[in-house]
Amino acid sequence: MALSEPIVIPQASDLERLARAWAQPRGFWGWFMNVHHTAIGVRFMVTSFIFLLLGGILAALMRWQLARPEHGVLGPDLYNQIFTIHGSTMIFLFAVPMMFQGFGVYLVPLLCGTRNIAFPRLNAFSYYIYVVGGLLLWVGLLVKTGADAGWFSYVPLSGPEFTPGKRSDFWAQMITFTEVSALGVAISIAATILRHRAPGMTLNRMPVILWEKLTVAIMVIFAMPAVMVVSSMLLMDRTINTQFFNPAVGGDVLLYQHLFWFFGHPEVYIIFLPGTAIISTLVPVFSRRHIYGYIPIVCSVVATGFLGFGVWVHHMFATGLPQISESFFTAASLMIVIPTATQFFCWIATIWHGRLQLRLPMLWVFGFFFVFLIGGLSGVMLASVPVDWQVHDSFFVVAHFHYVLIGGALFPMFAGLYHWIPKITGRMMNEGLGKVHFWLFFIGFNMTFFTMHFLGLRGMPRRVYTYTPEMHWGALNTLATTGVGFMAAGIIVFLVNFFDNKASGRLAGPNPWSGGSLEWATASPPPPYNFAELPTVNGREALWDAEPNQPIVRGLREDIPEVLVTHSLDSDPEYREESPGPSIWPFLTSIAVSIAFIWSIFSPWGIAYGAIPVVITLIAWLWPRGHSPARRELERREEPWTR
Amino acid sequence: MTGAAFFITSDQFHCGVSLLVGGGPGRHRMLDPAGPQAGNIEWLYWVIFWILLVVFVLTIAGFARAAARTRTSATEMLPIVKDPEGDRRAHWAVGSAVAVTVLTLFAILVMSVITGKKVEGLTSQNPITIQVIGHQWWWEVIYPNAQADQTVTTANEIHVPVGKPIVLLTNSADVIHSFWAPSINGKRDLLPGYSSAFWIQIDQPGVYHGQCAEFCGLQHAHMGFSIVAESASAFAQWQERQLKPAPDPADPEPRRGRQVFLTHACLMCHTIRGTGAGSRFGPDLTHLASRSMIAAETLPNTRGALAGWIVDPQRIKPGNQMTPNPLEPDDLEALVSYLGTLN
Amino acid sequence: MDALRERPVLDVSGLPTVAFGRSNTTWLANVFYMMIEGTMFALLIASYFYLRTRTSNWPPANLPPTLSWGVINGIVFLVSLVPARYAQKVAPTGDRAKIRFALMGLAAFAVLNMVLRGFELANLNCRWYESAYGSAVWSIMGLHCGHLITEFVETVVILAVAFTDKMEGTRLVDVAINSDYWYFVVASALVSDFVVYGAARFL
Repeated sequence: MALSEPIVIPQASDLERLARAWAQPRGFWGWFMNVHHTAIGVRFMVTSFIFLLLGGILAALMRWQLARPEHGVLGPDLYNQIFTIHGSTMIFLFAVPMMFQGFGVYLVPLLCGTRNIAFPRLNAFSYYIYVVGGLLLWVGLLVKTGADAGWFSYVPLSGPEFTPGKRSDFWAQMITFTEVSALGVAISIAATILRHRAPGMTLNRMPVILWEKLTVAIMVIFAMPAVMVVSSMLLMDRTINTQFFNPAVGGDVLLYQHLFWFFGHPEVYIIFLPGTAIISTLVPVFSRRHIYGYIPIVCSVVATGFLGFGVWVHHMFATGLPQISESFFTAASLMIVIPTATQFFCWIATIWHGRLQLRLPMLWVFGFFFVFLIGGLSGVMLASVPVDWQVHDSFFVVAHFHYVLIGGALFPMFAGLYHWIPKITGRMMNEGLGKVHFWLFFIGFNMTFFTMHFLGLRGMPRRVYTYTPEMHWGALNTLATTGVGFMAAGIIVFLVNFFDNKASGRLAGPNPWSGGSLEWATASPPPPYNFAELPTVNGREALWDAEPNQPIVRGLREDIPEVLVTHSLDSDPEYREESPGPSIWPFLTSIAVSIAFIWSIFSPWGIAYGAIPVVITLIAWLWPRGHSPARRELERREEPWTR
Repeated sequence: MTGAAFFITSDQFHCGVSLLVGGGPGRHRMLDPAGPQAGNIEWLYWVIFWILLVVFVLTIAGFARAAARTRTSATEMLPIVKDPEGDRRAHWAVGSAVAVTVLTLFAILVMSVITGKKVEGLTSQNPITIQVIGHQWWWEVIYPNAQADQTVTTANEIHVPVGKPIVLLTNSADVIHSFWAPSINGKRDLLPGYSSAFWIQIDQPGVYHGQCAEFCGLQHAHMGFSIVAESASAFAQWQERQLKPAPDPADPEPRRGRQVFLTHACLMCHTIRGTGAGSRFGPDLTHLASRSMIAAETLPNTRGALAGWIVDPQRIKPGNQMTPNPLEPDDLEALVSYLGTLN
Repeated sequence: MDALRERPVLDVSGLPTVAFGRSNTTWLANVFYMMIEGTMFALLIASYFYLRTRTSNWPPANLPPTLSWGVINGIVFLVSLVPARYAQKVAPTGDRAKIRFALMGLAAFAVLNMVLRGFELANLNCRWYESAYGSAVWSIMGLHCGHLITEFVETVVILAVAFTDKMEGTRLVDVAINSDYWYFVVASALVSDFVVYGAARFL
């Protein structure tokens, strides 16, 4: 593409045409037809935040029950349902949908400098299917068939013999729903990053957060099938009497664990890499310099993605595996520390040679440093097989993974929310309230979870609904429960701040933090077409490195929604593609798929009969309407394109 | 082994932080080992702990120093600094930090593998063999012998001689359980379809406690066991007593109690050798009175607790496999008296 | 940002609106889809071999699936690559008659494959509820049947489009991508057959 040098003065009428072409439908049905990534991304964030609150309420109930020995608040049946739903909600309905889908769907097209995500309808479908999966699990709890075999649902406990009824089926189908959703979004995000980057944003100039989103999308593509396979095996064992896990006829209970953790450990990185990417994005902005060690950081992200698939057995050290495989997986688990440590050192170097402005998002980044460091170090202990034999399945592990997951996801999430809510809503959050939120949450968190290390060292196993006074675990448990109050207060402060922001926050303007990535190159909140002038990129921080006269992209049509497709590696423009507009069919398809999945819990024929409406809605979704852009192009330009 | 840790102790509502050496109250302390396996692991734990503490302090100091030296109080966002010189100096620091990390991790790996070999290598040609079978929610314990009448079967209370290697052959009758006595050794999962050998050794006489560590259903919380480590002679005596069938009770009340046992639901599930009761579904009760706890460490083995358990086990341990037995008061008295004679 | 500032531009109005092959976004999405499904096959096959290590008799009844139907269907799968490749070749020309011809051939092969698959299933010599071996065999075959049916429906729908004048522009790309997916179906059929028929005999 040669640069031409005409002088461009965008006309107000151009913007009007763009706004018409990208208009989002309104009204009740309009809500279900909207496929724009900003709308779907915000929905993912809001919905998963609601699930975070619900999961948090369950956590508080558990802590209340455990506050004292032989406390009678919850019976074992309810307690088991609550910890199962708590874990499943936090992993499947909060952490991944928030950190990967929510932030990814909202930010990736903006960071790429494009007008919509690739496959926006698939993306919208993924949202609805996720909501149905979440409702399925929670409706189960409310009608007293809450899953109760743990978020991991090990066989044989979750199998047909030891969990009769429908409890584990609800869990297994919830998995299918949420994984279909994650996979749909992974395809959309990976395709957007590889094909829709602004001209000039070569791979070597891609922001770290895009590298991470790409890595995570590919991890999702390889990890999620494992959990879909294993939850389907469980479901089939329960509904059509397959024998995958029945030792009496050649089945094997460890097969379940291998498949589950082949998904389960990459899942940890699927949750945690988006967190580090937020950190790598915020540290340069608030240190006022480019990130130190871009290439080591990118390599670390990608290496973590690879290594994440080689460590699953460290969840199974207590099963009595051969020593050689234990040593191998210890080595792999320790090796995965190296990329994370590298990132830590690069962040220190960035701050060291920058000018630190400790604004609210950066305060949460420092919270992350402290909390995640502790979680990472206790993770080194767990990677050591002999120590793991002791602390595995004890409260030490509970402490460890809450440090890793709350440290690696929740702290970066709040950092990211405080950073990007001005972009999403157009208004600044109150920094004072944000600091109150931080300190309440930080103190409460450490009070609750640091204490649990000691409980673990004193032999308190996980997933017990009560304990006797002779164990001397009471005082520590009381302290841990007290911390919950602080965390809850912090969350309430955040909600107050958020609703206050929506009503009366200070206007943010396009770039309140003078950040360098492309989402700050457009208005806050972004218009439905994202960018009036599509940007080109001249460096890793697009806005900081822009030439004074950085070119813009012209020539995409303004009468229909159109996006620019560029080369995967060097992001040279290749062709123009029509972006699918609003449609009700993704929603209707998600309903049809939901009916088939839920029906299959109750009858194996559900999937067969249920497939018929799925096929009908899919055909309606994909059937071409009107002529293709090429044909219209042909009519417009009156020049031959096809025969 | 010595080591210091912060423990938060004291009564229910008086939390104080105190520095204790080697543990605190409680009976599941993994850092208070009673045998070579747990001892080796404890050593490894403390070595890794101190290494990681140093790493933690250095890293936090790095962040604190970086923040302190460059922090500005400007309220507006400042312009971007271009600092290739800073980058060059950072290469050296970051590179050496990564190198130190790699070396540290390698040291941890080597120590971990060596300790693992040590712990797993504590075997013997001539061990005491004990079969441990996990059930929802109790432990079946068998001391196998080639001669069937020399086999001891008991539940939840494992007797072992001190100073001798013991191999536990583990298995599960239903779901996955995990055998964990923190002051003896790490845990070992009991998997249906798998049998595995798990070695322990206890050097100091005493009573050690443990608990199921793998979630196994409703009463996972009430699946404890104890290990009684005693001198070789005491162990031999215990074993000899356990081999005997239940004695015929002499007094009329226990005699009537045995009648109650044999005419009610009890014999559907339990064995008392020397009587007609031979079902293996629940724990073997032949020497029930010799055990100090009942219902997998849920209640002390007292007359009152036993009576309460027999009448309504579902109140005490909801969901467990034993059905309520609404016996007449004097039948219950007699039954408890009889069970008290099973020594 | 200042919408009225004078800026140099990168003019993309001359770019095409259709791209065949690797630069197409849908082609990329199809690759991701095949990666997902390929992982599923790989995991099911890995489970098959894992379960193999846990039993001495494989298959438990010592009666492997009847070879003939698997071999016949495998050969038919291989031959079906011809119409798939042909469809891919004629798609960029936009010649609707040829596209219809190719897709009809592909659909006919898919029907034949499904019929033969029915015979294969009837002669697996095991049932999914009898043993873990049976469950593993049927799940691999079942997953493949799902793909076969999906691909058949997709081909028929595209064929229907090819009977209208909407078969132009980006829809021609769909024809080509449909063939890519058929290659995947054939490849996974051959691998599954190799496991189901081969491993039961030689392991």
